[in-house]
Amino acid sequence: MSLKIIFSGFGGQGVLMMGYVLAFAGMNEDKHVTFLPSYGAEVRGGTANCTVVVSDEEIASPIASAPEFVVAMNYPSMIKYQNMVKSGGVMFLNSDLISEEPSRGDINLFRAPVNTLAHDMGADRSLNMVMLGIVAAKTGMVSREALLLAIEKVLQGKKKSLIEMNQKALEAGMNFATENN
Amino acid sequence: MSAKTLMRGTHVLGEAAIRSGCRAYFGYPITPQNELPEYMSSAFAKMPDAVFVQAESELASINMVIGASCTGARVMTSSSSPGVSLKQEGISYLAAMELPAVIVNMMRGGPGLGNIAPAQSDYFQATRGGGHGDYRVIVLAPAYGQEIADMTRQAFDLADKYRTPVMILGDGMMGQMMEPVIFPDPVDVNALPAKDWALTGAKDRPSRIIRSLWLDPPKEEELNWRLVRKYEVITEDITDQEIYLCDDAEIVIVAYGTAARIAKGAVHRVRSQGVKAGLYRPKTLWPFPSHELAAMSKDLHHILVFEMSAGQMVEDVRLSVEGRCPVSFYGRPGGVVSTPEEIAGVLNSLGANVVKKSA
Repeated sequence: MSLKIIFSGFGGQGVLMMGYVLAFAGMNEDKHVTFLPSYGAEVRGGTANCTVVVSDEEIASPIASAPEFVVAMNYPSMIKYQNMVKSGGVMFLNSDLISEEPSRGDINLFRAPVNTLAHDMGADRSLNMVMLGIVAAKTGMVSREALLLAIEKVLQGKKKSLIEMNQKALEAGMNFATENN
Repeated sequence: MSAKTLMRGTHVLGEAAIRSGCRAYFGYPITPQNELPEYMSSAFAKMPDAVFVQAESELASINMVIGASCTGARVMTSSSSPGVSLKQEGISYLAAMELPAVIVNMMRGGPGLGNIAPAQSDYFQATRGGGHGDYRVIVLAPAYGQEIADMTRQAFDLADKYRTPVMILGDGMMGQMMEPVIFPDPVDVNALPAKDWALTGAKDRPSRIIRSLWLDPPKEEELNWRLVRKYEVITEDITDQEIYLCDDAEIVIVAYGTAARIAKGAVHRVRSQGVKAGLYRPKTLWPFPSHELAAMSKDLHHILVFEMSAGQMVEDVRLSVEGRCPVSFYGRPGGVVSTPEEIAGVLNSLGANVVKKSA
């Protein structure tokens, strides 16, 4: 099985971190992974995106022309990627910043107020991990344990409280996804 | 070996270079490879025996490489297409002076300033020498993060062994993409083979001279023939390729680097649709791995060359195949990256139309 996901949003929302943690977790499950960040001219102007592929087999292209999943953390990202999602795929929308819906009807939507969820647990900056938790619960790309360990490894050297906060945010996202099926 | 870690290609290359004993880096910034000098500067700042200089230009940096190499250091520079063009004079000098050095080109869309997207349009420049004079550069083409690490080690070893510049030819995507990688153990710099030609101070020994100016034509001719003999040995020794699902193949796609990964994805797709396709992936671009390709070509119905260029390696493929089977080309120049689906479409249409050789 090979699953591709694009994470998108504006700079500062932790979009690249989401992808990196997911790829790291996949690696620790001994899966094939690629992480391709946007770079150079593309990122000027404050948008950020990255593509992650998690696969049981060798990965041909790290670019996703028709990803199974897209995460849009803000409205411009939804507009940019809504037409790329594979038919039958899922688009995850940050409903705190996106009140509109994609114009196509052949994809599934999962809306989550990740700014609010993060704020309510006193961790405004961890909105990315809340969203990653939702993605993990809904897609099953990698396990909860692998993600918790990935957060610990990726944030190695940072304050313990920061690592725990991000892990809690991830679990909050997973819980939200389960409760709002 | 290191633990498995997730790193972008440029950082993998930097770490692998340091573990290969590289202790000197000179360069000038250009996207999409700036994370490599960034990595070297940050690592070398903590290594008292290493030197990092961001030079005032590409020309300056390649000449610094010449200087450091003269002293016997393992030295590297890196750039992307337009910057590598500027380094060509120095690379010619390195070849003439028989100096080892590792040059990295993370190719971008060209010609001219082009763009910063991944491309493969510097194949001619890399494999034909690139600068003036009768010389060649060993060119290694990684396609995976792990291969970047392994080929970087190989590049430094080959450069020293043959006293010749070695180029690692990647592209913007190879540089930016992160994949899991395991590093080989670091080499002991002091245990590397001694360089009996290096300029280390002539106290208590005769002077050594490293030069590229031979005003007497017979002397210059002698240098040229020596280089030719060296290149023959290199061609004999180091050509390398990946041959994938070619045993029963009727159509083989030839591609390197990023394009080869996409091609491999396409091979999987068309095989599931009944087209007997395989992949031939050159890992050394110069010397080009002709032998195996020539051997298999007599049994093939068709060869498709796929490059992220307007068609450059296809010439080496035709030279290898020598008409034993039809060779066609599909390419996307300018920084456009094809999808496996797109290449599968090309293979499928070829599969439906090839004239089959009688058994």
